[in-house]
Amino acid sequence: MRSVTINVNGQRKTVNVDPMTPVLWVLRVYLGLTGTKYGCGKAICGSCTIHLNGTPIRACVTPVSACIGGEITTIEGLSENCDHPVQKAWIEAQVPQCGYCQSGQIMSAVSLLRNNANPNREEIKSYMSGNLCRCAAYMRIIKAVEIAAKES
Amino acid sequence: MGNQGKFKGLSRRRFIGTIGGGVIFVVGAWKLAPDLFSDHQGTPVKTGSDFEGQNVSVWVQIHEDDWITIYNPSSEMGQGSMTALAVIIAEELDADWSKVTVVQSPAEPDIYGVGWGGRGRGSMITVGSRTVMSYYTNLRQAGAQARFVLLHTAAERLGVPVNELSTEPNKVIHKASGRAMRYGELAKLVKPMNTVPEIPQEQLKHPKDFRLIGKFGHRFDVPSKCDGSAQYALDVQVPNMVYAIIARSPVYGAKPRLTNASQIRNTPGVVDIVELNHGIGLITETIELAINTQPKLQIEWSKGNTADNFNSVKAFESYPEEADKPISNGDVINALKSGVKSYKSDYKNDFVYHAQQEPMNAIVSFSEDGKSAEAWVGTQAPGSNRSAIANVLGIDASKVNFHRTYVGGGFGRKATSDWVTEAAHLAKAIRKPVKLLWTREDDLKYGMFRPQSLQRMEASVDSSNNIIGWKHIIVGTGDRLMGTGSATPYYAIPNQHIEVRNIDHGVRTKHWRAVGHGPNKFAIESFIDEIATDLSMDPLDFRLNLMKEFPRAQKVLKTVAEMADWNTPSPAGMAKGIAFAERSGSLSACVCELAVDRSNGRIIVHKIWATLDAGIVVQPDNAIAQMEGGILMGMSSVLKERVTFVDGMVEQSNFDDYQILRADEIPDVLEVKIIDSEERPTGIGESGVPIIGGAIANAFATLTGKRLKHIPFTPDKVKSALA
Ligand code: FES
Ligand code: FES
Repeated sequence: MRSVTINVNGQRKTVNVDPMTPVLWVLRVYLGLTGTKYGCGKAICGSCTIHLNGTPIRACVTPVSACIGGEITTIEGLSENCDHPVQKAWIEAQVPQCGYCQSGQIMSAVSLLRNNANPNREEIKSYMSGNLCRCAAYMRIIKAVEIAAKES
Repeated sequence: MGNQGKFKGLSRRRFIGTIGGGVIFVVGAWKLAPDLFSDHQGTPVKTGSDFEGQNVSVWVQIHEDDWITIYNPSSEMGQGSMTALAVIIAEELDADWSKVTVVQSPAEPDIYGVGWGGRGRGSMITVGSRTVMSYYTNLRQAGAQARFVLLHTAAERLGVPVNELSTEPNKVIHKASGRAMRYGELAKLVKPMNTVPEIPQEQLKHPKDFRLIGKFGHRFDVPSKCDGSAQYALDVQVPNMVYAIIARSPVYGAKPRLTNASQIRNTPGVVDIVELNHGIGLITETIELAINTQPKLQIEWSKGNTADNFNSVKAFESYPEEADKPISNGDVINALKSGVKSYKSDYKNDFVYHAQQEPMNAIVSFSEDGKSAEAWVGTQAPGSNRSAIANVLGIDASKVNFHRTYVGGGFGRKATSDWVTEAAHLAKAIRKPVKLLWTREDDLKYGMFRPQSLQRMEASVDSSNNIIGWKHIIVGTGDRLMGTGSATPYYAIPNQHIEVRNIDHGVRTKHWRAVGHGPNKFAIESFIDEIATDLSMDPLDFRLNLMKEFPRAQKVLKTVAEMADWNTPSPAGMAKGIAFAERSGSLSACVCELAVDRSNGRIIVHKIWATLDAGIVVQPDNAIAQMEGGILMGMSSVLKERVTFVDGMVEQSNFDDYQILRADEIPDVLEVKIIDSEERPTGIGESGVPIIGGAIANAFATLTGKRLKHIPFTPDKVKSALA
């Protein structure tokens, strides 16, 4: 156990954990930020996607120690009122079904559009293929990314 | 988004004021609290009096500021029924939808359950695409009765006969005097009525007057699923909670003996070890410790289990022999012999895994005094879960305060109680709130799967190309799960024999979205195409002929053919396939257009068109979303998914070796059309699954001249079919 300080959604947070603890559990259990989900624990499904210094990472395999000094953004930090352009597009396209994968989907979509403001269909499919959706809401995920690209 | 957006602006704990004498707080449905009167951490907040009596009815609560709370009895697992059910009530209540919030009803089947036929009370289980169709009649009545209470309250207040009153959204109107009262004003005047008469059918709205049913509507839960605030069971934290993971039998039925108990107990942070029949429960202070310690448990497992030597691939070898065993139905035997042509074909399917994105988990807490319990579960079966907990703890079910959360995918897996029972055993041992997590590996290795089976199809045809005999024998493990969807009620085929022959392999099987309809419709629709092709008949015409007594089914099929331009040949290198199915009372059909990459054996589905006749559709856009999801989940199972057993053990462990469909594998086009109807609603959530297997297999056969008969159609199978 060690005291570890990380920056999450613009706030400094100190927790007492084994520094090797995946940041996923630190966020969810210690900081109560439960929007980031556990799906596979092995960097396969994307449900735990967050941003570290603006880059998407898999929180389930990233030790909290690797986040020290960086800036973490989670779904909760994306906007105050669910009004980030990607979130608005997600609502407009009525994407979520069970919703469990959607925080990860949205975080991936945000970084896609940050790197490529006007992705074509194939680029969207390929970028978003790292995020599994068992409800298979894929048609609307793609559509929502296209809406968000148009809006921003 | 209206209501959700506005609602969020309000403080989460909204003071409701005095209704019926008590002061109550209702937690904003935005966060979807685990129940009516607790905050999002599940901690009880002040409740002035009991749940009943605060309300216009048990379904509807109206607040002085005109907000209306509607209780949702169904499990929301992505199918959208929490919105659809509220819409049904709101329609007859004449509610202003922009002021409606939806909260989970308590897990009280006697109040909130529904009978299988859709009348009366019964179960709160959410399965079989039945929610809207079952509740439709009851909840229209519930909405109309709540309106009745408001009308009578207004009549008394305004001193006019009730039949001079009418309603507009959230208002009672007295036209003659030009007076009106808001629902919010009436709420504080409502006197609890013990009995409200049944509102006669002719006083319910005519479908053409619907304002909400059948119109485009956003789902209530969607915004909370876009900002991380929707709460699933895995997100709930309660004070003093400890964590648990179970190491379960690798072979179903094996009993554990832990050989390094003292070493594990001495690990700092380990709270307890609980021996269960089928595994070792490990209770720890932190979740990461539970995950890290689970692999260190050294367990010897008992032998002598049915599944000990089960090899699922090998097992298929024994199925044909079972399928060969004769039948005794003389008419069918004769019909199969007397045709001018006869057909016989075997189809197979492997086990598939639910792979719901939220793995199994539950929190159960047993009180210090051993008299009551509390639970937080994302489940399809709250009623039976509650009883299961009570059974384990030796208390009455009414002493279990059961909180329902959003369900991160169910697909049939969460319609049982196995994992909740485990959590209850752990809570009993420790008398503290225990959060039980199944890792993804646990969830898959100890899964309950859609049965693997062989479908033996036989048919004969007379000189006019009519099918005159039909035999469908299903061999596999999973008993009745394999039988659903084997009937062909919309194809006029005389002399049928359909039979399930079960071989118990001793492994866990379960309903999986659409249950037997996936494998059975794949086999039936493929076989129909095989016959049509042999008779040089167009597969569409052949089916339309079989359906000639069922214009509703014909329309579903004709419409999809039009959408897909069925008679126009596909571009070079592509072909189309068609399939039809009925599920949970609904009719659906599908055409898909695909290509094959012969170099790597991959099937590339380019376009899918689908139609659905589900009677009156309450939420059309959501119905389309369900069809899209069902079709793509079905396509995932048809192209990719397979669980295999060796020596009774599941070979796969996570999403790397159990692959499901990803975004780069979806079609370019997936178009769904809902057929207009004023018939009563039927099931939607599963209707997409059964139509895609046949459509893909048939398109592949048209394109290549070869038939794929064993799902999933993995690249190796495709390559060997084409070799
Ligand atoms: S939980 Fe991290 S990628 Fe699946
Ligand atoms: S919405 Fe259910 S897993 Fe994506």
